Parts: sequence; C-alpha cells; structure tokens
Amino acid sequence: MELLAQQLITGIATGGIYACMALAVVMIYQAIHHLNFAQGEMAMFSTFIAWQMLAWGVPYWLVIPLTVAISFVGGVAIERLVIRPLGDAPVLSHIVVFIGLFAILNSLAGFIWDFTIKPFPSPFGEGSQLGGLISNHQIGMIAVTMTVLVMLFAFFQYTRVGLGMRAAAENPESARLVGIRVGWMIALGWGMAAAIGSIAGILIAPIVFLEPNMMLSILLYGFAGAVLGGLTSPTGAVFGGFMVGIIENLAGTYIPVIGGELKLPIALVLIVTVLVFKPTGLFGRTVVQRV
Amino acid sequence: MHNRRNMIKYVGAGLVLSAGLAFPAISQAADMPGVTDTEIKIGNISPYSGPASAYSTIAKTIEAYFNKVNEEGGINGRKINFLSYDDGYSPPKAVEQARKLVESDEVLLIFQSLGTPSNSAIEKYMNMKKVPQLLVATGATQFGNPKVAPWTMGWQPNYQSEGIIYGRYIASEMPDAKIGVMFQNDDFGKDVLNGLKAGLGDKADMIVAEASYEVAEPVVDSQVVKLKASGANVFINIATPKFAAQGIKKAHEIGWEATQFVANVSNSVGAVLTPAGLEASTGLISTAYLKDMQDPQWADDPAAKDWNAFMDKYYPDGNKLSSFTTYGYSVAQTMVHILEQAGDDLTRENVLKQAASMNDVKLPLFLPGMSMNTSETDYFPIEQMQLMKFNGERWETFGDVISGEVGG
Amino acid sequence: MSIDTTTAGTAGEKQAAASQTVLPAPAAATSNVKIMRAAGIALLVIGLAAPFMAGNFLIFQLTMMLIYAIAILGLNILTGINGQFSLGHGAFYAVGAYTAAILMDQFGVGYLWTLPAAGMVCFIVGFLFGLPALRLEGVYLALATFALAVVTPQLFKLSPFEHWTSGVMGIVIAKPDAPFGLPLNPDQWLYFVTLAVGLLAYVCARNLVGSRTGRALMAVRDNPIAARSMGVNTALFKSLAFGVSALYTGVAGALGAIVVQYISPDSFHFALSVALVVGLVVGGVGWLPGALFGGAFIMFVPNIAEELSKGLSGAVYGVIMILMMYAVPTGLGGLLKAALGALSKRSMNR
Repeated sequence: MELLAQQLITGIATGGIYACMALAVVMIYQAIHHLNFAQGEMAMFSTFIAWQMLAWGVPYWLVIPLTVAISFVGGVAIERLVIRPLGDAPVLSHIVVFIGLFAILNSLAGFIWDFTIKPFPSPFGEGSQLGGLISNHQIGMIAVTMTVLVMLFAFFQYTRVGLGMRAAAENPESARLVGIRVGWMIALGWGMAAAIGSIAGILIAPIVFLEPNMMLSILLYGFAGAVLGGLTSPTGAVFGGFMVGIIENLAGTYIPVIGGELKLPIALVLIVTVLVFKPTGLFGRTVVQRV
Repeated sequence: MHNRRNMIKYVGAGLVLSAGLAFPAISQAADMPGVTDTEIKIGNISPYSGPASAYSTIAKTIEAYFNKVNEEGGINGRKINFLSYDDGYSPPKAVEQARKLVESDEVLLIFQSLGTPSNSAIEKYMNMKKVPQLLVATGATQFGNPKVAPWTMGWQPNYQSEGIIYGRYIASEMPDAKIGVMFQNDDFGKDVLNGLKAGLGDKADMIVAEASYEVAEPVVDSQVVKLKASGANVFINIATPKFAAQGIKKAHEIGWEATQFVANVSNSVGAVLTPAGLEASTGLISTAYLKDMQDPQWADDPAAKDWNAFMDKYYPDGNKLSSFTTYGYSVAQTMVHILEQAGDDLTRENVLKQAASMNDVKLPLFLPGMSMNTSETDYFPIEQMQLMKFNGERWETFGDVISGEVGG
Repeated sequence: MSIDTTTAGTAGEKQAAASQTVLPAPAAATSNVKIMRAAGIALLVIGLAAPFMAGNFLIFQLTMMLIYAIAILGLNILTGINGQFSLGHGAFYAVGAYTAAILMDQFGVGYLWTLPAAGMVCFIVGFLFGLPALRLEGVYLALATFALAVVTPQLFKLSPFEHWTSGVMGIVIAKPDAPFGLPLNPDQWLYFVTLAVGLLAYVCARNLVGSRTGRALMAVRDNPIAARSMGVNTALFKSLAFGVSALYTGVAGALGAIVVQYISPDSFHFALSVALVVGLVVGGVGWLPGALFGGAFIMFVPNIAEELSKGLSGAVYGVIMILMMYAVPTGLGGLLKAALGALSKRSMNR
C-alpha cells in the first residue's frame, strides 16, 4: 500500500511535467489545428536562452519574464518568416517544415551550448515534501501549470482576442467575414504557444537537466497527454498529462516481468485504447462531418 | 568567426573529398592504403546528430589532438588526416559511413567508431575487408575477441569487468548488503549487471530488486522509489550521465540512506555529480582509470597542466567539465603511440600488430599504477581500474589497482 | 527572407496553374504519357547500367536508396492513395527486418524466401493495426502510429524474446553471393535483387491503383461518407490499405536487413519513420514514382548536409527540408504535374 501511494505521488509529480507540455501542445493546436513537432525543441531553445542569461548574471526574477517575452517574439517570428510563406500547402508539407524546424533548433542548440547536461536552478528552491516523494519544485510546477490553465481558460472563454483566435482556427473564412484578422491570430497563437512552451521548459529543466535532447521524449508524453484529454480542451490536456504519469508508473511497478521494460508502451497502448472508444479524447468535442 | 572558418574548412573538405572520388590517390603505395609520404588517413564514425550526439565531444577532442600532433610535425613526418563521419547512432548509417571510409576514402584504419550497435554493425565488414577497427568506443565485451574478429580491438575497460569489481567488493566488504540495481536497458546496462552478478558469485541473491529504464524516458524517479521500497541498502546506479545524475538526486531527495555505486561512464564530477548536487553525491563509490580533471588533487599534476594547455589552445570550445574530453585525449594518444611504433611500415597488418603488442604503455592521464597491455590473444588494452569514493569535493581512490579478468 | 516568399509565391502560382487544367485534351494527355514513359525507360536503363559503372560503395548507397523507395512506396499507398497518415512506418520496416533476420539466423531460411515471409507477416501486423486505427483520424492517427514507431524497438529488445531477437546485441547476417556463377559481386547482385523487387512493387502498386480496389481506396480517401453510402466497405478498405502498405514497407525492411547485414533495436529509431514521411512528402504524396526521389532525398541529402557542416549538419538538413517545401510544397510529384500541365496547356494553345 505504501509503495502504491508513493508511486501515485511520484506519478503525479512526473505527470506535472507532461501536463505542462500538453498544455503547450493544446495551445498551438487551438491556434493552427496542427500538432507542432518542433514545439519541444522551441521550449528547449527558450530554456537555453534563460540559462544563458542566468550565466551572464541576469537576476532570476528578470530572466523569466524576459525569456517568456523573447519566446513570444520568437514564436511570432517563426510563424511570420517560416510558416506563413507556406501558404495553404498540404498538411504533410507543414509536418515536414515542423520536422525541419525540429532539426534546426536541436542542432543549433547543440552547436552553441554543447550536449553536456547542465543543472538549471529551480525558482522554488531546493527541498521536498511528503518524505521526498515530491520536491518543492514539482509542487511549484504543478501550481504554475494550474495557474496557466486557468488563465488560458479565461483567455479563450472571455476575451475578444481569445474568442477570435478560436474562431480563426476553426473556421478561417467565417472569421475573416466577421472582421477577425486571421493571419495575425495565427501568429499570436504561435507566440503564445512559444511563451507557454518556454515556461514549460524552465519548469521541466530543473528536473530532467538541461540539454538539447531533453524534450525529445517529453514531447511525446505531452502529445499523449493532450490527445488522451482531448486536443480541444486545455483542462483535458492537463488531466491527460497527469494520467499518463500515473499510468506509466503503476504499470512499471506492478506489471511483472515486462512492466519495467515496457512502461511507455503500456501507457501508449492504454491511450490508443481510450481513443478507440472516445476518438476525440476524454474531454474533447466531437466534430460533425459533412459530406 | 571561428564557426565560419570551420564551415569553410568543411566545405573545402567536401570539395577535396569529391575530387578524391574522381581521382583516386596516385602516390600511395599499393600495400599501404591511406598512407602517403606526407599523410596518414584515419577514419572515424561518431554520432554528431541524433539521440547520442553528446558523445560527439570525443571525436571533436580527438580531432583537436591530431591537429596538435600535426602542428608539432606529425608522426614520422606524416600528418594525420582525420576523417570523421556522422552516423546518428544508427547501425545502417554506420555501415554506409564505414564503407565510404574504406572504399571511397581508402583510409588506413577506422579508429574509435562509437557505440555498441554501430560497431557490431560494421565488425563483420571490417574483418572481411581486413581493415583495422581499432580502439572502438564501447566497453561491450564482444570487441576483444581475436579468434572471431582479429581486426577489431577495444580500448576502455569492458563493462562486464566493471560490474565484477563492484560485485566482488560488495561480496567481501558488505556482508549485510541488500542490493537494488537501476540499469539502462541496453548492452551497457546489461553487461554491467551481468558482471555484477558474476562478481557476487554465490551471493547473487543479495540483489533484492532490479529496475530498468529506457533512454526515451524523461525521468527515473519511479525506478528509484521502487528500489528504495524494496528495502535495499545498496543502490547500484548503472546509467548514462543524465540518468545517473537524476538517480543520485532523487535518492537523496527521498532520504534513501543507501551506499551508492555509480558506473564509471557517469562519475565525472563536473558533468554528473555537480548537477546532481555535491551533497547528494557524497559517499558515492565508483571506479576509474583516468584522472578526473575537475578533481582538485590533480591541480598541480604536470599531465593535467598539459591537458589544460591543450584544451585552451586546440579545443577552446570544448567543455572541460565533460569527461569525454579526457577520454578523447587519452585514446588519441594511444592511437598516436601505435602509429609511432609502426614506424614507416604503415601497412594495415603492421599497425594491427603494433596495436596487439602494447607492453606496459602508460598514458599521462592514467591513474598512477595503470598501464596498457595487449597481445595476440589479449585485445583488451585497459583492464585495470581502481575503486574510489567521493568525499563531497573530490574522488579518493582506495584499495589496489584491480584487474578485471574477462576473456573474449 | 523575401527570396523565400517569392519562391513560395511562384510555387503557389504553379499550383494554381496546374489546378486550372482540369481536363487536358486527350492529345496532350497522350503526349504527357509519352514523356513519362520515356523518362521511365531512361531511368530504368540508368538503373540497369549503374552497378557496372559505379564503385561498390555507391552501389551500396543506391541499393539503400531503392530500399527506402520501396518503403516510401508502401507509405504512399496508405497516405497518398487511401488518405491515412502514418508517422510510424519505421515499425513495419523493423518487423520486416526482424522477420527476415530471425528466419535466416534461427531457421536457416534462404534470404530470398524471407522477403515474401516478411511481407506476409507485415501484412497481417498492418491489417491488425489498421483495425483499431479505423476509429482514429488526422492527428489522433498520427499520434497512434508515432507511438507504434517509438514502441516497436522496445518490443524487440524485450527479455522474453531475447532468444530470437538477441536483445540489444542485434543479429548479424551473412551477405549472399550471386547465384549460378553470375559474374557479379555481392553488392551488384543485391542491387539487382533490390531493383527487381522494386520494379515488381511499383508495377503491383500501379495495377492496384488502376484497379477497382484502388478506386475504392481513393474514394475512401476523398470522401469516406460518400464512399460508405455508395456501398464501399470503408472499414475493410482502410485496414486493407494498412496491410498492403505495411507489406511493402516490411519487404523493404527485410531487404535492408540483408543489405546492411546487421539489425538491432537501435537500427529502427523513430527517426526512420520520420525520414520515411519526409521522403514521401518530398517525392510527392499520391504520385507513385515520387518514392524514388523521396528515397534519394533521405539517402543522399543528409550526407550533403554533413559535408557542408558537420557540427550543424542537422540544421543544414532542416533548412534544406524547409526550402524544399517552399519550392515544391506538393513535392516533386506536384511540381511535375504542374510542369506537365503547363506543357500540355501550351500544346493545346498551339
């Protein structure tokens, strides 16, 4: 029983990482209706920028807003300079561009900052709770994720820009007719996704250590969490992220022989199973198709 | 500036390469492929991209060291032309690059190709072509078997003997040990684990829990919690740097008062223990064969000073915290030693013969008392290691220099 | 940046031009077919002559290119013809490779016989995977297939299977010599084997597309609901598409194992699946000969990137990929269609 409780708490702590990333995934999905494969690398790059500023001696309280701002501008710039020229090329062409972006950011980060792991200081200090099962940092990370979630919810539900962004993603033509500047809404979505990604990166780096490949697997878990919860629902994404963390830990601990070796596959199979019965995720809305 | 110069260099190299394709070298002796009066061509395959790109530091250090050798006059007047290609840690790509090096660049040998899968993939080809595959960058036991693969030789102590050393130490010194093992689910993790069991011998039931992890996992918290819950009082951490650091940190956070062992690949003070936290790392036990340059006890060591001067001059971008730089430096010195021994008879046969007849060769960065020995039947150059303990600031070696005794 | 925008602009115009020529006049169409056929024959002649002019290393590279092309052809049947995404075809490639390697290593089966075996195993695996995948669309299917690609290498190193798979150590395979005393070295022989399999695969794929089944597959792609209401069993055809596609990719995997002579779980990192998708898009989704160009792209362009800059090879490759997408957003197939369209339009005006 004690082990179960411990693994549950560890799962929630790890799930916090995935929830954080899943939120960033849903953000961009809301804006462009694609999964952005370069999202993890964008977050990693932002975190390196933060690390560099810290190394230059910029105080922590200034580094975070600066990084978020730089990432926002970077996200908008990527949309304007890289994605926009694609116009309405097929979805798969977009995916190739995402893969290209992924390769560029990963390779550049390795070139500039090297592949050695770097410790990243936590904004919440050292120390831990519940017998060390969850660190202060992880509690702080979950709190920040929840805060961002509430803010995002309010943004999409109650602000003009948020509503406009959703409209632009769901139905660009109609949105344009009612006077929404669809192009800029998409750019804004990229900017916000990059900004949220940078927060995720800064929160994740103290746990997994900073290095160019740190987001490789986390992005997959983030996708899994987002898809499990439903790509249209930020709440679902966060919930999904936590679920993935918990399922994975329990599978690794309690399934004999293959459990330890197949933590990730078991979690993924469960997710696909959920999707088979609920194709738009647990919290997702069903899309009506027309002939 | 530096980067642009590199870029130009690479473009230049590319042009030279493509020219080389069209006009095979004319002045080279028929029985000495890759060797002219002024040049020795040496090939290398390393992961400059992909999941294992951290290891590319080794090849970059080697290249820097060869630049130093060339600037100081080369080897018997011949400059080393080091052709290092990217395989992204993918075996099919490694085969392609090996064939490119052997068939199109016509190198003398391939040196320090990295990774067990990549080396396994090219081993058969290299032996069929009778091209030396020397000092490979993996500790898998299979690369030191002259009966099966006479052209393939390892360098670093093999993973299994490291495990044996831990196993024997625990069996004799810690009779009440209950061992929890975390290992990376690949050849490295499994080899050390097997060695550990062999070293424990009939006390192998001391292992009360095992937990593997995949490199694709972001964190290993769950594994550490599981091992602690098993009641283990010894934690053996067989992991690559990132996961080793996570494991040390987590064990400390959950207040697991176990005696911890960390694998040799992950005992760098700068690249693992500092990120994990020096307090959390205090009391760690590991093995070593090279001096850790971040360790204050070597601050005034002349060999360390040479290394620092080399890094400053030839590899200023390099990360001195990374143990890969001392590794690359030392293995490059071994290669230079072999080539010097071969003199002007730079046939593939003779170079292999020299590699297989190292007698008490000491490298500057070896721990005191260590040396390399090889023979026609012994293809493991480094077989000695020493146990050491971390005191919160530096590693302190203890006990004697131990020989691992794993044959092919 | 402005340069990029203009290229994208012209590409867009080309596309527009292509879509305007909805139905080219029959005469123009035949001339297009003639051009294509001539190009095909020229390619074939080059393909047959190449191994006698190139060195063994280049032959090896060309063989790998053909193998990737076969794998991409399989992916094209699924994505281009049937409209389902897959980011996980590396998994089927791996299953094919392991089937071949285990059959040769453990059961002493001749290498040629492993090809149909690998194809059959992959067809079954693909068909079965296609069943749950039926319920998934778009990004959800993309994620499910991507998960498959990530999971498969882990399955192959699972300890209960180690007896067959040799776990992480992988399996070494002997390289076959040319039979009947043909004056070919092993590299040349394997090249011709691969070329023959590739041609057979291409002809089968073309016939499939032209057949009733092919039309059903395309109907499912273009309008699943309409297809269903017209009596097409969409579930069956979607699963079939997965099976056939996996069969192609599995045969490619088996060939890859024979040519590389070694497999291990690390040979099938999910980067392989990503590369196949890149090859598909660059070659042109839905245009079968595009697979050849896609194979060439993923085989040779990373090498070019590496020669430009070793430290930044990934970045260079990424930039090339993105520029490719600006220049030909619909792949080389799209470009060719646009070019031929423009050509036939001109001949019509004449």
